[in-house]
Amino acid sequence: MLSSIVNLPTFVVARAELTAPKQEKALLEIAVNLMVPSATGDGEFHGPSINEFFPDVIFFADTPFEINRIILIRFLAVAVLMLVFWLGTRRMKIIPTRGQSLAEMGLDFVRVNIAEDLLGKKDGKRFLPLLTTIFFMVLFMNLTGIIPFLNIAGTSVIGVPLLLGLIAYATFIYAGVKKSPAKFFRNSLFPPGVPVGLYIIVTPIEFISTFLVRPFTLTLRLMMNMIVGHLLLVLFFSATQFFFFTADGGFKLFGAGTLIFGFAFTLFEVLIALLQAYIFALLTAVYIQLALAEEH
Amino acid sequence: MLHAVIAAATEEVAKNPLIPEWYDIIWSAVCFVVIFFFFWKLVLPKMQKLLDDRAEAIEGNIAKADDAQRKAEAALVQYTAQLADARAEAGAIRDQARTDGQRIVAEHKDQAAAEAGRIAASAKTQIEAERQAAVVSLRSEVGTLAIDLASGVIGESLSDDAKASAIVDRFLAELEASDVPSPATAPTVGKI
Repeated sequence: MLSSIVNLPTFVVARAELTAPKQEKALLEIAVNLMVPSATGDGEFHGPSINEFFPDVIFFADTPFEINRIILIRFLAVAVLMLVFWLGTRRMKIIPTRGQSLAEMGLDFVRVNIAEDLLGKKDGKRFLPLLTTIFFMVLFMNLTGIIPFLNIAGTSVIGVPLLLGLIAYATFIYAGVKKSPAKFFRNSLFPPGVPVGLYIIVTPIEFISTFLVRPFTLTLRLMMNMIVGHLLLVLFFSATQFFFFTADGGFKLFGAGTLIFGFAFTLFEVLIALLQAYIFALLTAVYIQLALAEEH
Repeated sequence: MLHAVIAAATEEVAKNPLIPEWYDIIWSAVCFVVIFFFFWKLVLPKMQKLLDDRAEAIEGNIAKADDAQRKAEAALVQYTAQLADARAEAGAIRDQARTDGQRIVAEHKDQAAAEAGRIAASAKTQIEAERQAAVVSLRSEVGTLAIDLASGVIGESLSDDAKASAIVDRFLAELEASDVPSPATAPTVGKI
């Protein structure tokens, strides 16, 4: 539903510019605006808007290296990630200190529960750097969504999810092709054990699901989770703000409810952040495993 | 108001979150590359090394314990062997002592027996010599006494020495012939 909302404006604007008169365009945009709560003016309710994911450019405007607030947040997430793991693994001891056990716990989680669990010891080790990177990059960039003053997930803009999705896609194809090119494509497109006649149906489905859809499902799942999470939090907290400071009398009470919901969803977002990082890394591992398997 | 909304809308509702911007992709890639190399070249090798070290430490301890146990077992075997050796040696010494003792006792017995024999033999020789001496002295004295006695008894002097000594000799020879083999010669002689 959300994607239909966010798609609509572009589509409508494009159509409108080509065909419709200006008035019609304006009317359409009012309609669109009602669907995406966004209003201006003081003393009114400020709902969340999709434009929050496209803040103003700060550095290098009008070049391919534009930096806005979200990019800076990503840099911060990367810096924190590296700091945490640098401190955690600076002086590795056989009997770990507290900081080291935390870093080890995180790394072991990816190594044991994702890489070795799905790919086995040997292949798990091969793809461990990639899976670790995906997991922690997604995790740290997700968590910026609930950190005060950052308040937006680095993964809520399509760049990171898309990039990681494409890397996962390239990796599992590389894994399959490296293992045995002919077998990989044959098994992927013509799964064994299917009656020959059914290949007319099965092969296109397999082709679409394996070679077209996978990177985009990875991308969209992550990005939409983060966008929705952000919009929900903004909605709850801006509503709280509105109820407490703008609304009259009895309506102020609603503020307490929205605040509690906002708090609950903040905690929920922590879970989502972990879960999405886990799912992304896990699915990447699953795709690699399927590509490496002898048969599908 | 409406115009403001429309203006805002036309300005802002142009972005589609599904269409990536170049700068977005580029900076994402930079982040990815940095993190990837960070994990690949720095963190994970360290982690791997740690895991290896840890496994090695555990195996090392196990090996050490095994080694200690092996050593203890070897020591026990050695100790047992030594103990058996010592026992055997003690037994040998005891046997040796016993045989030595027996030998010494036997030697002493032999010596004592020989000594006794020697003493007995010398005593016998001495006795024989004394007997011979006694016999010789008796022969002359008993003869003289007997003749004196006989002279006295028959009242005539048998001064014919040759005759007298012949008679005595015959008498003694008869005496010896009947009594010499027995050691009771002296009493016999004494009886005469």
